[in-house]
Order: sequence, then C-alpha cells, then structure tokens
Amino acid sequence: MKEINHYLSMLEHGAISRREFMGRALALGVTVTGATAMLPRYAQAAPKKGGRLRYGLTGGASSDTIDPALLTTFTFNISSGQIRNCLTEIAADGGLIGELAESWEASPDAKVWTFKLRQGVEFHNGKTLTVTDVIESINYHRGEDSTSGAKATLSGVTDIKAGGKNEIVFTMGSGNADFPYLLAEYQLVICPAKAGGGIDWQSGIGTGGYVLDSFEPGVKALSHRNKNYWKEGHAHFDEIESLFIPDATARTTALQTGEIDVMTSVDLKTVNRLERVSGINIIKTTGNKHVTLPMHTNKSPYSDNNLRLALKHSIDREQWLKFIVKGYGEIGNDIPLGPANIYRASTDEIPQHSYDPDKARHYLKKAGYDSIDLQIWASDVAFEGGVIDAAQLYSETAKKSGINLEVVRHPADGYWSNVWGKKPFMCSYWNGRPTEDAIFSLVYSANEDGPSGWNDTLWSHDRFNELLLLARSELDTTVRRGQYLEMQRILHDEGGAIIPLFLSYVAAASDKVHLPDQMSANWELDGTKCTERWWFK
Amino acid sequence: MSSILNMVAQRIGLGILLLVVVSIIIFLGVELLPGDIAEEILGQTATPETVEALRRQLGLNLPPHTRYFHWLANILQGDFGTSLANGREISGMIKYRLGNTFFLAAVAALTSIPLALIFGLLTALYRNSLFDRTVNVITLTAISAPEFFIAYILILVFSVNLGWLPSLSNVDADTEFWERLRRVVLPAFTLTSVVLAYMMRMVRASIINLLASDYIEMANLKGMAKARIVLHHALPNAWAPIATVIAFTLAYLIVGVVVVEVVFVYPGLGQLIVDSVSKRDIPVVQGCSLIFAATYILLNLTADVVSIVSNPRLLHPK
Repeated sequence: MKEINHYLSMLEHGAISRREFMGRALALGVTVTGATAMLPRYAQAAPKKGGRLRYGLTGGASSDTIDPALLTTFTFNISSGQIRNCLTEIAADGGLIGELAESWEASPDAKVWTFKLRQGVEFHNGKTLTVTDVIESINYHRGEDSTSGAKATLSGVTDIKAGGKNEIVFTMGSGNADFPYLLAEYQLVICPAKAGGGIDWQSGIGTGGYVLDSFEPGVKALSHRNKNYWKEGHAHFDEIESLFIPDATARTTALQTGEIDVMTSVDLKTVNRLERVSGINIIKTTGNKHVTLPMHTNKSPYSDNNLRLALKHSIDREQWLKFIVKGYGEIGNDIPLGPANIYRASTDEIPQHSYDPDKARHYLKKAGYDSIDLQIWASDVAFEGGVIDAAQLYSETAKKSGINLEVVRHPADGYWSNVWGKKPFMCSYWNGRPTEDAIFSLVYSANEDGPSGWNDTLWSHDRFNELLLLARSELDTTVRRGQYLEMQRILHDEGGAIIPLFLSYVAAASDKVHLPDQMSANWELDGTKCTERWWFK
Repeated sequence: MSSILNMVAQRIGLGILLLVVVSIIIFLGVELLPGDIAEEILGQTATPETVEALRRQLGLNLPPHTRYFHWLANILQGDFGTSLANGREISGMIKYRLGNTFFLAAVAALTSIPLALIFGLLTALYRNSLFDRTVNVITLTAISAPEFFIAYILILVFSVNLGWLPSLSNVDADTEFWERLRRVVLPAFTLTSVVLAYMMRMVRASIINLLASDYIEMANLKGMAKARIVLHHALPNAWAPIATVIAFTLAYLIVGVVVVEVVFVYPGLGQLIVDSVSKRDIPVVQGCSLIFAATYILLNLTADVVSIVSNPRLLHPK
C-alpha cells in the first residue's frame, strides 16, 4: 500500500499521468475498479462530444468490401467500430457484455442458448431491430455457400430459431460453454434482413454509433454520428474519417503533422523514436495475437517430437522480444493462450521453454541426429516486425545445437495460398481468439475426418481432442480449468507449433485524444471500439 | 494532309488489335500466377470449403477461355463488368481513380515540360558552362535517387519541418480545385524531379546536334541573335525527338507512379492495378491494362503526328 500512496502523491503533483498511475497500480496487483476508486479527487473525465476523428488504418486494399463474410482489417474497423453491432461485446476489461443481446442463458448441458434481444434498437434507416434480422445475419455465415471466416466458428450450431418474444434460440450438436463469446466475433455483426431472406450489407446500414456516408475501397470511408444511438454514453465524435494508409512512414508523418489523430500499426523499427516525439502517445495493448512457427507433425522429420523439442529449445525468445518487436510483446511458451484468455497457465504451472543449446542438442541426439539441415519459409507478411530478421536470428541461435536452418524467403504475394498449410515449417501468426475453446478447436483439433481446416500443424492428439470436447460443455470452472491446463501441457510438450512471442497492438494517438485507462486487447484500437470509447479532450 | 489521316486511321486500327493482344497476354499472365482470387481474398482464413464456395459464386469453375470470351463480349458492348473481389462496377472504380491519375500527371507535366524545354535550351546554348554543369548535376542526382526517397525528403522538409504542405494527398470527389492542387504539390514535385533530367537532356542533345549543322553556322556568320537562331532555326527541327520523349514521359506519369501514390496516399490508378493483381481480380486488372495500353498507343500516335507535321519532308513525301 505504501507504493500506491507514493504513486498517488506523484499523480497529485503531476509527476505521472492518470494513465501511468493506473498502469503502476495494476502492476502492483490492484484491480482496475480498485485503482479507479483510489482517485476520488480525480473524478473520471466526462466524455466530451464533437470533433472529426481521422484515423490511419492498415490491412485494406482497393478490392475491399463491407460484406461481413469478407472483411479485411480496414473494413472490420468500419463494420464493428462504426456502423454495426454484434450480439455480445468484449468490454474494455476483457470481460463479455451484451451488445444487441440484453441477456442470455444456457441449458444445463450448454447445448441450447437463449438470447434476449435488446428492445427499441433502431437501424440507421429507422427500422426497428427484430429477431429476424439477427437470425438472417447469423445464418448468412452458415450453410453450403458461405464463404465466411466465421463458418468454422459456427460449425457446432445445428439450429437457430425465434423463441418467445424477442428471443433467439441457438441449438448446438454438443455443448459449448463459451458460445456467447463466439457471437462477439467480428464477422457476426447484425445487418438488416431483406424481405426475401438474406441480409442487406451493401447499404452499410446497421445499428452502430456512426452512419456510413461514403466508402471508397482502399482509400477512405466517411461516417457521422448516429444521433439515435442506443448505447448510452458512447460514440462522442461528430464525424469519423477512416483513411487507408498502407505505408508506415506516411502514417507516421501524417500523425506527426496533424493530418490524422490516431494511427494503427506503428512501425516497430522506429517506435523508439516516435516515443520521444512530443504530443504523441504510444498505445500498447497485448492480447492474444501471437507469432507461430507451425511444423507439419505428420511429416518426417517433424513427426518426431524430440526434433520438435530440439527446435523449441533452440530459439532465443528473449532476443526476439528485444530486437524483433522492440519489447512490444510478451514471451510465448508454445501455448496459443495470451493475456486476454482466462485459463492461461502461469509459468509456475508449466515451465517456460527457453533458449538452451545443450538441451536442444540432447533432444536432437534423441531424435537420432548429430546435426540436421532444415528449411523455414518466411515472408514480410508472416507477422508484424522484421520477419526475415527474426528467422535469421533463429537460424543463428539454432546453429549452436547442430540445427542448420535455411531461411527461405517467399514474396508477400501468394504467401498464404502457397506456403501456409503447404510447407512443413514456416512463419505465421494468429490474431488469437477470446476463448480457449475457439483457438484450440480452430487450430489444434482433429476429428475422425482428420485435422480441422486451420490446423496448420496437421496435429492430431487423442487425449487433447477428448479433453477439448469435455471442456467445451463443462460449466464448472474449476473442472474446466484443470482440463485446459492439461491441454496446454500437452501442446507445450508435444505440440507442433513454436509460439515464441505474443505481439502487442501498437497504435499511436495525438495527445488531443482522450485515451481511457483501460482498453480491450482483443483487436487493435480498443478492440476497434476506439470510435465509441475515446473522445477529444 | 490526307496521308496523315490515313496514317492515324491505320494506327488506330492497329491499336485496337494491339489492345486485344494485350488483354490476352494479361489474362494469361494473371492465370499463370499461383493461387486464385478465392484463396487470395480469404487469405489465412481460407478453408477448402469456403474457397470452393467462393469459386462457385465467382464463376471460377468455368474454363479460362470461356471466361475470357465472356469478358471480351462485354467489353465490346462497353461493359467493363464488376470486380470479382467486391462486386463493384469496374467502370466506376476506374473513373474515380483515372481522374485523379490524370490530374496528377497533368500538374506534373505542366511543371516539368516547360522546365525541361527552358533548361534544355539554356544548357544547350551555354553548354559546358558552370550553369550547364550545375543544372546537369542537380537533375541527374534527382533522377538517380529512387522516387520514394525524394518523396520522403520532400515530406520531411515541407511537411514535418516547415509545415507548409500536407504530407497526405488523400483527395476525393468533393475536394475543391485549389485544395486539390495544394495536396498534389509534393507528389507532382517528386514526379517532376524524376522525369525532368531525361526530357531536359534530350532537348539539350537535339539542340546541340542541330547547332553544329551548316545552316546554323550560316545564321551565326550573318550575325543573327543567338536567341533567334535557337528558337526560329534550331528548335523547329528538334521537335520530333522532343515530342517522342515528352510522349513517353506523359505515359510514364500516367501508368508508372504507383510508388508515389503509396507514399502520398494518393488514390490513383496504379494502386488499383497493384491491389487487383495481388488479389488476382482479373477483370479489374484487364480494365486497367486496357486503359494503360490505350494511353501508350494514343500518346505514341500523337508523338508521331507531331513529328510528321513538324517535318515538311515527312509531311509532303515525294
């Protein structure tokens, strides 16, 4: 408590900002609510309305569309951040709250979920939100013809129908205790239903805090505040200008010269310089986005777990964190659960894999090699930061234990279609998922038909798959915790992916923008909700 | 005069044939690239089922020649079709960006061509002087540096340090003329510095070449003013090569400025074609290529017409 008082007095004398105080308080183990309560003299700044937020975004192209099934990072910011809502929402503290759904409950086996729809919500065109809009919007991602990334997310759903008044009932083949989390996935936004079935996404009409005025793919989008927004105390800007600025230098100078107020994806190579520019705040949120180096566990030599362990011990994670992402991240332990997951094991429960050439050599011997020549495929798009540098760093550290790792550089063009899932050892990333079940079942599970569609290690582990099903329908959190712990241990010891790093979302904002003390880390920019949670001072 | 019209008609006919050939080559080229639009759009989220579904929706399961002739038939009716990636009208997408591309090219051309002519003439007149050497060193340095490097330097000086000009050139349809002009100053300046040396040296070389000829020496001997010699006697005979190099420069300004577009976030046609190639969005690639190819053909034609008209020997062949 002494330290807290010290920080409080520093805050009082203006030596640290509110934001810094919160950060330090959290580091001391105080909860957000606790820390906020310690600030009686500093009543929460009241939101101020007005202004035109201009933000520079990435991850778009002139081929972009606002079709919820085919969103890119750029259009996701427009879709979820401005014009539409989901049934549920990941709150700033990482917890799950209702968005268009007011409440929900599950049957005891977690197979049937009933959602109660919020009353009196209107679309931008004045039409009242109904159960039909929700059902059509979700069904849009299901079925034979769906091209949606959410198709796999919804594969467990067998039926969606209207329940009592304003209720939607989801039925699943097997129980899923995390189902409400899945409905916060960015594709599952609610659009108005069309008369003959299907949804109208083309018009951009939604229930969100901003009304879309224009959208030019790969260039920009303009929107203005929805005066009729149902969410109290949110969406404070008058207008939003979303600019697609792919070039990192152009983004940075635009922020520096006041052409934009907020930018995403700060170039990590120059972030240390940007930190020193006055009038600019760097925003770091570390969620579940992680680097992965998947190996095809069904192909020799990667089928031998000893070799996989040798590779896991010959990568220097500390150096990756320090040099590749300049400290903007966290060290990974070959487990795809990040700080935003609930059941993530601590390093006391599962010891940290660290760089140990002797251990690596020991496992290499066990696998029957004195030395081995391997190839790893890499490309600039594999993850943010210097991918080629990272792979070369790995190659250098692996040499010490007799592993000669050749870095095969592939152009960005066609990397996902020609390398991912096809080459036996490569660099990649996952944005992570809010729940343990989602990431485990999408990327690491297998059933009688073989590995799941995104299982990029082609891994199939009977006990793991068995636990996955048990934990999915388990509503008792203690039992569930034990099951997830065992699964993490299996992945850690036998899995086919090296997960060296969790990546922070690194954004920057002009100091005219009020930044909340806590931001959600599930996606960039406060989970893309900066448009409704931030304001101009 | 009728011989010129004949030539123009012939060239246009050939040009149209050339456009068809270009479209076939582009189509085959994009077809040969690994991966298709379904895989590229879905990216890392692709699963075999969703890729199949998207292919079905886009008609990619049809054989290539069917798709090509389908596209050709539509083009002949003036229909560019819709983008495979986002279902938008390609003509609308191109129109929006083509206007921007032409605007930037026009501003760059209107600054660089007069500058090239003036400096070309002056350096020819005062060749090997300190002035000549200075101009040459500066322009050759500019052409040797990569575009993006010049662009970043300009941004650093004029946007970040001096704060005179915006670093983003994100114009849209509602941007008014003067604001639009202000926003393209830096990109136009970058392009000018890139193309200036080439044109200027071409003008200089042609004029120097002519200044060595007998009739110029004659004019010199009878005491004619230097300016009059260059403007009235040398320049008219130098128009043909100058017109050719200007045409090529204009073509470059229209089709080759994608790097400048990216650095200044300028919504031109270059970015559209690059995105479309990387997404394998064939109809958009072909629509853009047709426009680029047509630009080249028309500009070359213009250059040829100018050469002929400016040369009486070609204009009145025996």
